[in-house]
Amino acid sequence: MNLALVVLLPFLGAALAAGSARLNRLASAWSAGAVTLAAALTLLPEALRVFGGEQRVEAWDWIPALGLSFAFRLDGLALLFALLILGIGLLIVIYARYYLSARDSMGRFYAYMLLFMGSMLGVVLSENLLQLVVFWELTSLSSFLLISYWQYRKDAREGARMALAITGGGGLALLAGVLLLGHVVGSYNLTEVLAAGEMIRAHPLYLPILVLILLGVFTKSAQFPFHFWLPHAMAAPTPVSAYLHSATMVKAGVFLLARLFPALSGTLEWSVLVGGAGLLTLLVGAYTALFKHDLKGLLAYSTVSHLGLITLLFGFGTPLAAVAGVFHIINHATFKASLFMVAGIIDHETGTRDMRRLNGLLRYMPHTAVLAMIAAAAMAGVPLLNGFLSKEMFFAEAVEVGSQLPLAWLIPLLVTLAGMLSVAYSLRFIHDVFFNGDPIDLPKTPHEPPRFMKVPVDILVVLCLAVGILPSLTVGPLLAVAVDGTLQGQVPEYSLALWHGFNLPLMMSMAALALGVLVYVFRQPLFAWHERTVGRLDARVPYHALMGTLGRLAAGVTQRMDRGSLQGAVAWLVLAALGVTVAGFALHHAPLLGMAEMLPVDAVSLTAALALVLATLATVRWHRQRLTALITMGVIGLIVSLAFVKFSAPDLALTQLSVEVVTIVLLLLALFFLPQQTSSESCRLRIGRDGLLALGAGLGATLLTLAVLTRPLDTIAGYYLDQALPGGGGTNVVNVILVDFRGFDTLGEITVLALAGLGIVALLHGLRLPMPAADAEGRRWNADGHSLIMATLTRLLLPLTLLVAVFILLRGHNLPGGGFIAGLITAVALIVQYLANGIDWTEQRLRLDMHRVIAAGLALATGTGLVAMGLGFPFLTSTFTHLHWPVVGEFELASAMAFDFGVFLVVVGATVLILVQLGRLSRAAERASLPENP
Amino acid sequence: MELVIALAIGVLTAGGVFLSLRGHTFPVVLGLTLLSYAVNLFLFVMGRLAIGLPPILDPAASGYTDPLPQALVLTAIVIAFGMTAFVIVLALRAKSELGNDHVDGLHSEAAGQERREEGHA
Repeated sequence: MNLALVVLLPFLGAALAAGSARLNRLASAWSAGAVTLAAALTLLPEALRVFGGEQRVEAWDWIPALGLSFAFRLDGLALLFALLILGIGLLIVIYARYYLSARDSMGRFYAYMLLFMGSMLGVVLSENLLQLVVFWELTSLSSFLLISYWQYRKDAREGARMALAITGGGGLALLAGVLLLGHVVGSYNLTEVLAAGEMIRAHPLYLPILVLILLGVFTKSAQFPFHFWLPHAMAAPTPVSAYLHSATMVKAGVFLLARLFPALSGTLEWSVLVGGAGLLTLLVGAYTALFKHDLKGLLAYSTVSHLGLITLLFGFGTPLAAVAGVFHIINHATFKASLFMVAGIIDHETGTRDMRRLNGLLRYMPHTAVLAMIAAAAMAGVPLLNGFLSKEMFFAEAVEVGSQLPLAWLIPLLVTLAGMLSVAYSLRFIHDVFFNGDPIDLPKTPHEPPRFMKVPVDILVVLCLAVGILPSLTVGPLLAVAVDGTLQGQVPEYSLALWHGFNLPLMMSMAALALGVLVYVFRQPLFAWHERTVGRLDARVPYHALMGTLGRLAAGVTQRMDRGSLQGAVAWLVLAALGVTVAGFALHHAPLLGMAEMLPVDAVSLTAALALVLATLATVRWHRQRLTALITMGVIGLIVSLAFVKFSAPDLALTQLSVEVVTIVLLLLALFFLPQQTSSESCRLRIGRDGLLALGAGLGATLLTLAVLTRPLDTIAGYYLDQALPGGGGTNVVNVILVDFRGFDTLGEITVLALAGLGIVALLHGLRLPMPAADAEGRRWNADGHSLIMATLTRLLLPLTLLVAVFILLRGHNLPGGGFIAGLITAVALIVQYLANGIDWTEQRLRLDMHRVIAAGLALATGTGLVAMGLGFPFLTSTFTHLHWPVVGEFELASAMAFDFGVFLVVVGATVLILVQLGRLSRAAERASLPENP
Repeated sequence: MELVIALAIGVLTAGGVFLSLRGHTFPVVLGLTLLSYAVNLFLFVMGRLAIGLPPILDPAASGYTDPLPQALVLTAIVIAFGMTAFVIVLALRAKSELGNDHVDGLHSEAAGQERREEGHA
């Protein structure tokens, strides 16, 4: 339970942070910190067991048929990442509290950040790969929110969109890869996948799996050629950059490389793809970083380069290289997070991040300068700092792996070159900003930031030093379990010592340091050359060209399909339905009609059918005379009810009849505000086209009905007829199906009805329509709306109607009736009161808020189901018993009747709500028009 | 009898489709209502036509018609009412926001003319 809790806590905390911001700006910072701390404390006991050599797995079945389970896993690798996410997360929470200005919404920031933190924890703690992909996509979504935090800035929106397009697209590829992987292994659980490495690598689908998963990894970890989204994501507030681009978001990609290392690595394809991408990214990133004038731009490309380094290490494919990769993940997270925070402090206190203007800040902020220097030295790989150790391991591996290739000197040379560039840009970060003369025209006078803005940087820099000087005492145990988790048990011998003697890697380090200083000294001609050539390239150009083409393509297709006309769309819909049906009939070689015998026709039925056809034709013919059309429509509804009576469906007949009444009232109310007549707008061509379509549809419906009705019936009704009485305790099988067998469907349906009612209230909210003064023929509406005779009569009828409704409701389980019909009858009884006596009169006497009636109905219906669940039965299981009452006699009591009463309440509530709200509209219009017509 | 029912369903469908293709909101609502009659009848007769065999359990009954389509159609009738109500209110809202009752909310010539006529009245 603990692991699931660690992941879920930040998600709950996001709501808390957003909510507490309403009370107090800083409350959200405090709650975000508390939630992070709580998650860390929850993780602690589990972490101790991992240090004891255990691998923890917690699993609950989710959709077993799809291999999807809700499963978490904690081993060394997952623990390392969880600690980075929570530890650096906590520091960022503190830092951001001082970074955000009074205009920025803290609640939104911390809520997004906790969402992201939870998603990230989900990625690293997932045992099930499908679940991992879900969290992976959540990190893309929540980082979109974080990067676009300053929504009013165009660059923030654009950067966020770019990050989402690229990482989200990669996520889709990853999903495909994971599905294939699960198909090959037969399980989506990491335990099985990691153990099946041999089988995966020998499988013909290995290459597609590898390519798809690597697409996900490379997009997320900003590997060349997908690296360009990362620098544009720098439009985010600096705490976001420090969090996303040091320890979390971009590390998700390399995390997955490490996670699947035992399953996928060790082949030529792996080395070429992963190693190649890593090497290119390492060089491109380091080169570009040198020429960035923006502090954060430099750090962004340096991040790209270091991610390339880690990817290259995993690409080497040897266990020792994996050790170095994991070690560099830790080191990069610490020094890069502190450098981003320093960049944020400088931006915050000076108002700019342009290194051409920032000079000589040492005088103004000495403390910050010292921190920056140590962290940058770690980034450059200066001895006594953590970056040096992992860089030495990296160089050693490069020499080792390079020696097995035809050109043994190539890889060591290239990585030394990258090391040189990294020294040069680190030097630039320090020298340009803190030395190099005086600041030029800064927007603010620089000074040291508030104390607690520096504390997180202090902590990280102390870590850099501690790891760099005493590696085995500090990071040793954590690295050991992390490596054990990565390699799943086959840990090689490695040494964390500072001094390995004068060997080739040390020479390479020294050369990189010396050459790096040289490159920085001669930077001016280099910069000029870069501006003239490479600097003109911009990855955004092909990206925007691609996105623009896609957008135009989509717009073109949409324009061709949808010309903004409902009529056209409906015509296409009908035509497509006709086409599919005709094709279906044509391709199937069965006779159109079956051989079943038909019922004889009687005169009454024929007359009724004729009336129905005539009424339909009349409705169509005179549809522009709206009131007339409404009357003929009522005739159709009545005949349909009669058809239900004739063909043994008493429940349907009752329902149709009562719905008919409310529908006509509804349409009359609406018609009051709409034009009484439709102006003729259709040309002959269109009428001809529509007529043809309608004829086609009608003919199709007729043939389809006949085709079914002339074939024998094969039904599952036998089960319901047999079980209705013993299982459901009712003799009205239709009602038993509604409230018992298919109760869940009915619950869904009354929810839809309730939503329709509430939606209508929302639509009518604030609606103002002018009240027409006269009807179509110019007669003024009668001001005295309520006839005395009708009012008196309806008042007398009300108790009687309600009695009928109660009777219908109670007998519904056994005889025609039930909640739907009783609800409609009650609704009609109430609406008649409104119609005859007016809204004000009725509302004074009927003090019922229909919203509450709907809510009570839904609660009752759901509650019946929950009670069954509480007693250990499936949702909505019903039970019944027989009571013997004096006078009344034997009376059946079924729990389904409570459900039916819930249905009743929803139907009454929704129907009355809809009609009364619509009626209120005319009263509002009447009031509005009063001053004009006194 | 089956032929009669099939023809009735066909006529209702044809009328419903024709009215749904009109350009003003009220005929479209009428068309949708006609279509829901047709669809409800169609679903109902999928259980075949039976006279005098209601699905009410009774020892004296000689047989029962299929209750399942009836249960489906019963809720469909009520939902169709909810839908009709929603669409007609949507039409009112569109009239109020856009000033005409065309389904595309266009200020077509006809709609403009109609508003002028209302102005005269």
